[in-house]
Amino acid sequence: MIIVLSYLILIPLFEMVRNSFSLAKVDVKAMKGSHAGQFTLYYWKRLFDSAISMNMFYKPLAHSLVIAAFTSLFGITIGSLIAWLMVRSDLPHKKFFGLVLLIPYMLPSWALALSWNVLFRNTRIGGVPGFLCYLGLDIPDWLAYGPVPIIAVLSIHYYAYSYLLVSAALRSINSEVEEMGEVIGASKTQILRRITFPLVLPAILSALILTFSKAIGTYGVPSMLGLKVGYYTIPTMIHSTVTSSQSGMGYAISLTLIALSAIFIFINQRVIGKRKSYVTMSGKGTRSNPISLGKQKKLILALLYLFVILVVFIPLVLMFYQTFMLKQGNYSFSNLTLHYWIGKGRPDIYEGLDGVLRDTGFFRFLWNTVKLTLFTSIIASFIGQMIGYVNARGRKLRSGRFIEQLSFIPYLIPSIAFGAMYLSMFSKAKTIGPFTFIPSLYGSFALLVLVSVVKHLPFASRSGTSCMLQIGTDLEEAGQIAGAGFFTRFRRIVLPLAKNGFMNGFMLIFISIMKELDLIVLLMSPKQQTLSYLAFWYSAESWTQPSNCIAIVMFLLIFLTHWLSSKFFNADLTGGLGG
Amino acid sequence: MSEIVLSHIDKYYGANHVLKDVSFTVHEGDFLTLLGPSGCGKTTMLRVIAGLENPQKGTITIDGKEVVNADNAYYMPPSGRGLNLVFQSYALWPHMTVWENVAFVMEVKKTPKKTIDEMVRQALEKMQISQFAQRYPSELSGGQQQRVAIARAIVSQPKLLLLDEPLSNLDAKLRIDMRGELKRLHQELGTTVVYVTHDQVEALTMSTRIAVFFDGVLAQIDTPTNIYSNPASVKIADFIGNPKINFIEAKGEAQSGVLTTKSDVGTLAFERGYHGPEGKLDCLLGIRPEQLEIVEDSPVHGIIKNCQPAGSETLIQVQVGDAQLLLKCIGLTEHLPGQQVSLSLRPESINVFDKASGALIKDSFVTTLRRNQ
Repeated sequence: MIIVLSYLILIPLFEMVRNSFSLAKVDVKAMKGSHAGQFTLYYWKRLFDSAISMNMFYKPLAHSLVIAAFTSLFGITIGSLIAWLMVRSDLPHKKFFGLVLLIPYMLPSWALALSWNVLFRNTRIGGVPGFLCYLGLDIPDWLAYGPVPIIAVLSIHYYAYSYLLVSAALRSINSEVEEMGEVIGASKTQILRRITFPLVLPAILSALILTFSKAIGTYGVPSMLGLKVGYYTIPTMIHSTVTSSQSGMGYAISLTLIALSAIFIFINQRVIGKRKSYVTMSGKGTRSNPISLGKQKKLILALLYLFVILVVFIPLVLMFYQTFMLKQGNYSFSNLTLHYWIGKGRPDIYEGLDGVLRDTGFFRFLWNTVKLTLFTSIIASFIGQMIGYVNARGRKLRSGRFIEQLSFIPYLIPSIAFGAMYLSMFSKAKTIGPFTFIPSLYGSFALLVLVSVVKHLPFASRSGTSCMLQIGTDLEEAGQIAGAGFFTRFRRIVLPLAKNGFMNGFMLIFISIMKELDLIVLLMSPKQQTLSYLAFWYSAESWTQPSNCIAIVMFLLIFLTHWLSSKFFNADLTGGLGG
Repeated sequence: MSEIVLSHIDKYYGANHVLKDVSFTVHEGDFLTLLGPSGCGKTTMLRVIAGLENPQKGTITIDGKEVVNADNAYYMPPSGRGLNLVFQSYALWPHMTVWENVAFVMEVKKTPKKTIDEMVRQALEKMQISQFAQRYPSELSGGQQQRVAIARAIVSQPKLLLLDEPLSNLDAKLRIDMRGELKRLHQELGTTVVYVTHDQVEALTMSTRIAVFFDGVLAQIDTPTNIYSNPASVKIADFIGNPKINFIEAKGEAQSGVLTTKSDVGTLAFERGYHGPEGKLDCLLGIRPEQLEIVEDSPVHGIIKNCQPAGSETLIQVQVGDAQLLLKCIGLTEHLPGQQVSLSLRPESINVFDKASGALIKDSFVTTLRRNQ
């Protein structure tokens, strides 16, 4: 296990470092008397200290940092507040909110960007006007493109992390701890500030890592809402360098991104310190008495509904409405059509593209997506459970800790950089003697599965660990005494008990991969493109309607799967993340 | 002066009726134990007194001041009631040190820093945990955590201390130590204590009075001695006492205040303490195992079934007619199964219950204490 994990995690990292130091063929001309593959500081020098480094590195870096910082700030604030309302207060309609509040997370982030676009696009930057523009409102540029919409969209998308993590933490707090504050006469704010907040702080900090590293590595949203006004971030820069055969530069940028995330996480871990999570003391179990919102209940409820309408329904409805619009920018009813769903291609619209449900290409992409998603989520959650088992049982052993740390590394590495790593490693076969040490996997489906599995291992193994920790060793020992061997025990005792945990992990990965764009955008060959990519590509061509059609299809797929799995397997996303 | 009067308290969780028309008074300086099997509503009762739950009906006054009046939907918040609480889970704040845990109580009350330091120091000293002041709760053993929880509860010198099964998470030996400690604390502080437990030994050894609950109904409230020697019903008699009380079915006849019963243990005449109806009735004789004695000769004969010597005491099972009786004698004795023995009974120490209603109809006079309610 250690060997496999090292191979899949450490070697790509090493490869990328090496590539960033070795001269590529295309750049041989630039350096006199050099040859390809030679050790060079050329890329690093170019990146940090050259005429273009301002535009290629420092500015995008600043942009990325700004975006990540603000996204984390807003995402965590919103997510934690909602979590508190949902878990600890007597908010009405919790069931409904529980269902819809996760929708922004189930929509791919670029789809949200797309609906932002639909709503706020103005005519100045080009393209057809958005909905508000159509209504006659003048939308300033800063609201249509650039950092503000990027941060807004990412916050809406990623508040789900904080929401899930903080609710799990809140749920594990024995409410007697808060009641004790009430008994001694602490006010509600005092209880919240001095008791509840410090207790969920570890969860908030891990939500911070998650949001920050996701936001800093995200590609889809900044490319949709930023590129048009020349607002580059590190991930969009990586994409443009790697695709314009400046891989060396791309790798170097990726490495700085990795270093950045690693530093950030390191600081975060230090802050959390040794009291990583407060084990709530045992007792009568956790009884939870909801806190009354009092007079503000109606106001809060109204605000929450407003929030849901703004971030859930408007984007969804707009996207859906868009798919029926024959011509972009015309929101009148006479413009409605089913053309983009079932119409036959017309040469005057989008190069004769067929409606998505008629398009054979669409079904191929759909199949690719489903195949990739299923393969990856099953494999990853299975491996996750295994790692979880090792973690949970071998916490004291050095190998257990090592595996835990190793499987945590992909978490540090932003998706796009991770894709770049695999690109650099598997683009050419490397052989040592008769053995193909690293096969050339570029362009193969296996590579996509591989990269997705490895990238999602931290998630999978986390949910695996939390699930396995709940299964007491004594249950297994009882099996051992009865004479069951290791495999029998794992199959007959551990697996059945871990079924729910397995489903939680599965759902988490399923949703994530279904939407995945950042990770695989660099690795896809035309044959294996996924729905995400197709929609993204359409939207890059400004073919909004088909792109929205696809986003809707994906959303329905995710929503259905989620609904089914929570209905029939009691899967709970909170359970998957917490632990 | 701290007297709590509860009257006609009703509490529902949805359709679930957990407290049914409960009324009682806690006197100044009482150590009142709410006792009952799990799920009988005793913890809910405590939480109602604390103000963590609001009853749907009834009133509560503390020191003559109304703190709950369900009719007017008036519920004073817990902090206004001048009480403090120790939860079963201790509910120590895991992110604060022992010192901070205790000091936070006073900080909230906006006490000057110097006074806080002094009071916290005293509370920790009283509970003998001064050396752990800078530790976090997770670094303490169960017993130490328990002391912290109590220190935190007494630091503000509340008039009323509520304890919810505080000893149930401790091991057997520590539990006995803490029992003594709590009793000492009660005497030292003079605070009124309301204590919840399902452990009757705890209740009997520590309380000045015990309130027995079954299914949300207050079954009996009395001193430990009276609860033990004159349980108001068959159910209470069965619940209190370990080893359990022996019940023998009997045919009874009461004439001018004297009850005569015929049963497996022969004919018994009860001349004192009968307060049931006249005439014939079916009854149950309740005989505590320690009230039975094996003697040289008596009219009641039995056969030894088994004998369990346990050091300081011996439990012996004897078959008398159709009835199986359990005897407890102090010290070690040996009897062989099958051996014939004679038993002595003292009618004045026996409880008699009405079989139909389960009510106590004949008091026992085993102790010199009289029932006072």
